[in-house]
Amino acid sequence: MTIDALLAISYRDLLKFLRDPMRLVWSFVFPLLLIGVFGGIMQANLGESIGFNYLAFVFTGVFAYTLFMSASEGVISLIDDRESDFSQELLVSPVSRYTIVLGKIVGESLVALPRGLAILLMGSVLGVPTTPLLLLELFLVGTLGTLLGASFGVMLLGNFNNRRTANQVVPFIMFPQLFLAGVMTPIGVLPWYLEILSRISPMRYAVDLARGIYFGPDAQTGVTVLASPASNLIVMAAMFAGFLVVGTILFVRRERRR
Amino acid sequence: MIEIEHLTMRYKKQEANAVDDVSFTVAAGEFFALLGPNGAGKTTTISILTTSLLPTSGSARVAGHDVVGEASKVRQHIGVIFQKPSLDLNLTAEENVRMHAVLYGLYRFRPTFSTMPDAYQRRIHELAELLGIEKDIFKPLKTFSGGMQRKLEIVRSLMHHPKVLFLDEPTAGLDPASRRTLWEHLNVVRQESETTLFLTTHYIEEAEQADHIAIFNQGRIVSLGTPGVLKAELVREFLILDAAAADQASLRGELSGLGLTFDPGFPVKITLNGHSVQQIVKEIDTPLTTVRTESPSLEEAYLEIVNGPQ
Repeated sequence: MTIDALLAISYRDLLKFLRDPMRLVWSFVFPLLLIGVFGGIMQANLGESIGFNYLAFVFTGVFAYTLFMSASEGVISLIDDRESDFSQELLVSPVSRYTIVLGKIVGESLVALPRGLAILLMGSVLGVPTTPLLLLELFLVGTLGTLLGASFGVMLLGNFNNRRTANQVVPFIMFPQLFLAGVMTPIGVLPWYLEILSRISPMRYAVDLARGIYFGPDAQTGVTVLASPASNLIVMAAMFAGFLVVGTILFVRRERRR
Repeated sequence: MIEIEHLTMRYKKQEANAVDDVSFTVAAGEFFALLGPNGAGKTTTISILTTSLLPTSGSARVAGHDVVGEASKVRQHIGVIFQKPSLDLNLTAEENVRMHAVLYGLYRFRPTFSTMPDAYQRRIHELAELLGIEKDIFKPLKTFSGGMQRKLEIVRSLMHHPKVLFLDEPTAGLDPASRRTLWEHLNVVRQESETTLFLTTHYIEEAEQADHIAIFNQGRIVSLGTPGVLKAELVREFLILDAAAADQASLRGELSGLGLTFDPGFPVKITLNGHSVQQIVKEIDTPLTTVRTESPSLEEAYLEIVNGPQ
């Protein structure tokens, strides 16, 4: 493992992101739609009757969701690379496979974080009540969600042979998590089968951690927040380690066995 | 430099071997060409040799290291030009080269060109001059022509002085003019460095420049040798004779008497097989209306191997 190779791999991801204006714009449009439009509509119509600030609820959810998704999908892009593009070159270079996977995790996290920052600014502008300290705390736990998302991406990556399979399967795994993780709605009460799916959805813990920090100790458990930040952190750490180890092993094995 | 023994590759869920019990060696400094139609197993072979694919059975050593057990050592000693460009088109030419240099441990990572060491900066200027892109080296690669991108890839792949440079159909998708300049560039590379070149191609004229050619078809080596030997082996010469209608029967009779093999019908097409034209013509008394020889090109011989006898 060389730190230079790791830095070079992650720096490339960041540069690519910054050089692609359309990707930059799109990465802000979707969260803006969810928070500004959807959140705005719900807040205006449900207002105080639901007993909590819906705009803030969606804001924290979308913040964690975007970071998680961005990192996962970024890491999965290593599949494209296998078929064309630069990573053919990456994969025949003497750099170890573990360095490549780690470089990709760091790189895609670097890409996700500016998006997170933009969402935090967006939220403040849209009128979500915050303080600078709160924003900083959210940014820090967002980073943890990003790393979890990236490791989840490695896990998925290890299971796909090519881009086609990935394109078909990834939306089925990612999109339901938008609901199962309670990004848009409270999920304190769920039918048992959805409860199971929700609990195995890694995004749930990243979203709940962000809300735990935002709503603080006064949060309504079971409505805005599901579990304490500490317990979310423990689950996230365990999932991160599991995904990373299993995913990397699968990726390294699969990459040469076809 | 490259030793392949009984190499076999069968992809998952496939019934036929993509590479089928292939053995050959390539000496250091040689230019070796693997010639064959699409789907012959050329890319599979190159993928195994460049450690991006594990063979089903058999062994291969590149630069003295086993491609399965010592993959990372092999990777240090090879350069690879893939069928599809392996450049990042969103980055500049210089950034692509810098990535390569850092990945191969030539220089430490620095985020910008100006913070890279002087030695690196000088090298980049030399390289840009060599390619005639002094002005464009800091421009995004997508503004480059396909031929120029290919040349940049070759220059990049030689930065770490690989012992073997693998080129997988490097001219596929290039127009004739770009193909020509790319080959001029490759020939310079051959003369100036002692790098072993391993080329796959389906263009005969590219393979003909090699020291040795292996013709691949359906995963097997059909023929292996120098271009000259291959020509001698594959290309048969024919003598074509004809006579006036009244004399055709006697011509056939005379040819049979000489023990020659020929096709039925007129004009008669005689396989020479080492017989001298002069000798044959001298022995024939029947008045001839046509005398000419025919020798198919290497291309026709190759097509016959690939498509089977017509």
